[in-house]
Order: sequence, then C-alpha cells, then structure tokens
Amino acid sequence: MTSPSSKNSRYISSLFVVRKKRGDHLFYGLVIGAAAYTLLMVGLVGFSVTRGSVDIFLAEGIEFVFQSNWNAVEGREAFGAFPYIIGTLLSSAIAMVIGVPISLGIAIFISEIAPPRIGTPLSFITELLAAVPSIIYGLWALFVFRFWVRDLIEKPLYDAFGGYIPFFAKTPFGLDIFTAGIVLAIMIIPIISSICREVMRVVPDSQREAAYSLGATRWETIRMAVFPYVKSGIVGAAMLGLGRAVGETILVTMVIGNVIGPSAIPTSFFSQGQTLASLVANEFNEASSDLHLSALIALGLILLVLTMGINVVARLLVKKKIKASSGAKSQ
Amino acid sequence: MTSYTSSNKNYSEILHETVTKNYKKRMIVNKLITAFTIVCVIAAIIPLGSILIEVVKNGASAISFEFLTQPQGSIGSGRGGVGPAIQGTIIVVGLASLIAAPVGVLAGIYLSEFAKEGVFANSVRFFNDVLTGLPSIVIGIVGYVIIVLSIGSFSVFAGAVSLSIIMIPIVVRVTEETLKIVPYSLREAGHSLGISKAKITLSIVLPSAKHGILTGIVLAISRIAGETAPLIMTILGTSLFFTGITGPVDALPLRIWRLASQPYESAHAFGWGSALVLILMILAMSVGLRFLARRRSFK
Repeated sequence: MTSPSSKNSRYISSLFVVRKKRGDHLFYGLVIGAAAYTLLMVGLVGFSVTRGSVDIFLAEGIEFVFQSNWNAVEGREAFGAFPYIIGTLLSSAIAMVIGVPISLGIAIFISEIAPPRIGTPLSFITELLAAVPSIIYGLWALFVFRFWVRDLIEKPLYDAFGGYIPFFAKTPFGLDIFTAGIVLAIMIIPIISSICREVMRVVPDSQREAAYSLGATRWETIRMAVFPYVKSGIVGAAMLGLGRAVGETILVTMVIGNVIGPSAIPTSFFSQGQTLASLVANEFNEASSDLHLSALIALGLILLVLTMGINVVARLLVKKKIKASSGAKSQ
Repeated sequence: MTSYTSSNKNYSEILHETVTKNYKKRMIVNKLITAFTIVCVIAAIIPLGSILIEVVKNGASAISFEFLTQPQGSIGSGRGGVGPAIQGTIIVVGLASLIAAPVGVLAGIYLSEFAKEGVFANSVRFFNDVLTGLPSIVIGIVGYVIIVLSIGSFSVFAGAVSLSIIMIPIVVRVTEETLKIVPYSLREAGHSLGISKAKITLSIVLPSAKHGILTGIVLAISRIAGETAPLIMTILGTSLFFTGITGPVDALPLRIWRLASQPYESAHAFGWGSALVLILMILAMSVGLRFLARRRSFK
C-alpha cells in the first residue's frame, strides 16, 4: 500500500540527484531479470501446450472438442475430448454444490460465532487440511473413504430414488463421479473457507454493532450486515476453489473409475467417468503414437483455457472486494 | 449496501420489520443456522481425523530401516523399500527450491520495491496470479515438451524445472506481500543516510521481512513436495537410485500412486508407509525451518 507519506518521500528523493552505484544497477538488473523470468515461464506454458497440440488439431480440427471416440490403436485412431470435458464439469459441479455451503458454514462459525478460544485452533486445523498433499487424499479416498461413500450415501440414494430418477440409476460401486466430486469437495473446503473467513474479518465491527443494536439476532446480523459486504469475495473464493477442482489430477484419477470413449459420458451420478486431467495422467506414459500424445496435450490445452478463465474472473472478484473493504477498515 | 438501496427501503426499516415479526421463529432460525455451521465444522474435521489416523495406523507398521533405505523388491513380494523415492523427492524438490526461491524472492523484491505502475509490472503481477492457478498437470506438459523432448530422456532436471514453475508464483506473492508490510520509515532512514537502494533493500528491508518470506518459502516447498501429476511426465519414476541429473528418478508421491494401483496387499502397505514418510518429511521441514527462523530473527 502506498500511503500519502510514502508517495511524498518518493517524490522528495526524486528531487535530489541520487547517485547510483554500479551495484545498484546490477541489483536492479537482477530483480528485473527475475520478474522477466516469471513472464518467460508463462510464455513457455502457452508455447509448449499449443505446440504440443498442433498435430491433433491438424488431424481432427475443432471437432476434437466435440467428439467422443477415443481409440489409440494405430490405423484406427480417433480422439475426442467431449466426454472428459463433461466429466470435469460434472465432478467439479458436485464438489461445488457440496463444498461451498460447508465452507461458508465453517467460515461463519469461525469468524462470527465461535469465541477466539475455539476459532483460532479451528482455523489452524483447516489450514492443516489445506497442507495435506492431494496424493494422500487420493490414497485415503481409494482405500477408506470410497466404502463410506458407497455404503452410507450412494446405496441409500440408489435404494430410494434409483428406480425413477435417472441420476441415481446405476448400481453404486464407490469408484465413480460422485465419489470424485465428494473427495474434491473435501479438498477445496479448506481453501474456500479460509478465504471466506478472511473477507468476513475485514467487515467493520460497526456494521455488526449497528444490526445488533437494532435487535437483530446473530443470523440476521450475518445476513444483513455481513453478507452484503462479502458477497463478491465469497463468489471469488468459490471460483478459486472451482479452479482447483477442475485442475486436480491425481486424486481424481484414483477414484473416478477411469473409463474412456463414449461410455465416459456420464449417464448417472454413479457412472464411472474420466476428467481431462485424469486421462492425461493415466495415458501419458503409455502414449502409443505422436498423435496420441498430441491428443493428450490438447486435453491439457482445453484444461488450461478452462482454469485460466475461471481464475481470472475469481481473482478480479476477490481483489476488488479486499481492496474496497481494507479501504473501509482504515477509515 | 447496494442490495438495500435497490429495494426502496432503508436499512433500519427492514430491520424494524424483521425485528418485530414473530420473535420465536427468528430465534429458532438463528439456532438452526448455528447448528448448521457446527455440523459443517464437524464434517470438515472428520476427514482430517480419518486421514491422519489411517496414515499413521497403516503407515507405521510398514516403516523399517530396510523400507527407508532399500530399493523395491520384486513386485508383490513385499520386500525392499522406497529408498530411491525418498532420495528422489529430496533431490528433485531441493533442486526446484534452489531455482524457485532466489527467482521468486528477487521478482517479489522487484514488484514491491522497484516496480512503477506500468505495463511490465502489471503484467508480471497478473501473469503471476495466472501461474498460481494453473493445474499442475499442465505444468508437467511444459516440462515434457521443453526439456524431456529436447534432452531425449525423462530427467531430474525436467522435474525440478516443472516443480519450480509451481513454486515461483507462490514465493513471489509472499515476498511482495511481506515486503509491503515493512514500514516505509525504515527505507527513509536508509535514504537519509545516502545508502544505495540495493543496499537498503538487502540489508534493511529484507532482513526485517525475513521471517515472513521464509515461512512462505517453506509453505511453497511443502506444496511442491506433494505434487504428483507433473512428475509423471517429467521424472517418470524408476525403482533405481539417482543416476544423474539427466536421468529418470523416483519420488514419493509418484511411488504412492503406482503402489496404490497394484493389486497386492503388500504394495498397499508400502503406499501407506510412503504416505507417512511424505507427511513426516513435510512436517519436519516446516517445523524445523520455522524454528530456525524464530531463533535467528527477532533478537
């Protein structure tokens, strides 16, 4: 933050002739070089993903995005990304539907309800959850959690609705899109809830006091004095979580069931599926031809475009909010 | 407040209405919401508890001296260990940190101390944010296309470069944020003594932000230590020890993934054991470095 005083002194120091030493130039060169290096990395990402997927787009054209066959056998090659785009969107959607309300509940509890004695250790625990590597979530989900999902959630849903709601019509197996969605939700909850907590914390207390003094209950205070302030921050946090869910690879690979071709288009929540990222992880080392490899890289390109769009929107929303509210705080 | 101005009623009118309307119902709603938030908290703690219990319970029995130092025995035999994976993780993550920490800190210094509002500074900031949000598998593709294809072999180097691309934006972010908290008066004091800007940055500003930057670097390292996806397409994973920087190597997350997909109980036990080792390594590093940082600074 540049306060008026710092701007002033910058101005003053620019009035005097500051003697630059050789070391100064060298250091400036170093830091600007490092900054340029980060830009170079972005350039490399763009270049290599585009370069790698040229072959498949030359072979299949834009149809690649809408086709659903996936055959790597030489002579009968056919590649299409459609089922995996759907799989990615569906599993992330399930993760959002489950994860966002829970994250919001946690954030409300920690920042508005719990006394600091309970809130501080709780926020530490959620941070801890965020530090667990996704491969360990995956291992746990594969050997422990999927049986919970199958027996405690999927079986009852199947028994109750399987007969007449097509979404639940498939004998649950535990390794499916639904499980992937739930585990993704568990993974993104700490991320979303800690950002929500941060944006709620910058709401000035005078807002809450005003509502309380008029006789509002705690929930009414949150709803009327806190939420209007943090709405776009929450949307941004959710979008950041969505970005993570869409791009998550190894965890999804371990629980989604990994099918390819037209059968990867989900017909029910309990279908085995495949996401863009999980297919790349599964087949990259076994790619049989350059075209196959190029198709996999093109899946990466689609994923890149998807997550970049989500993230840019999310960051704009979060940034705007934090700027606005930190301004309100310093008044 | 925008939402109220649109409804033609002001804040206190709405409050008055809601406050006087059936008190009992409002209290019940309030209680229900409180209960809901508590349920949410419990729902988040259960997985964490279960993960920690399972990893410790299943992992502890797998760990032995042989497990930590030996390469894997024949598949399904339950012999040997994950020595190469532990060694590989240390080498690849160490090398990635050696690339990313200096670059990240320097770029962070640029953004906080030198950058003027302009196209270059803004695009560094913007693309740094973009880089943070990229899926790790996409970054693996970069390592493959740029390095693996040009060297002609899966290599430690490709893995380290890929992981460094994940780590750099985190370090840049943390450095910039931390340096901005350092009071401007410290820099002014330096300027008033006629010290060059490089010197001010290196010996006044940076030391007072050391603690925060170090914590950020540790966080970033623990983040890349658990990455799996980019390693699949860069270091490949072998059952042998390190052979050279241009050769393939193993890593713990990769090993866990491969072990979990084998149909043998003994492989699964090894997987849990590797998971425990990975968690302990991350934990030890963050506790250790934090301890070091605390002892050195703030004296």
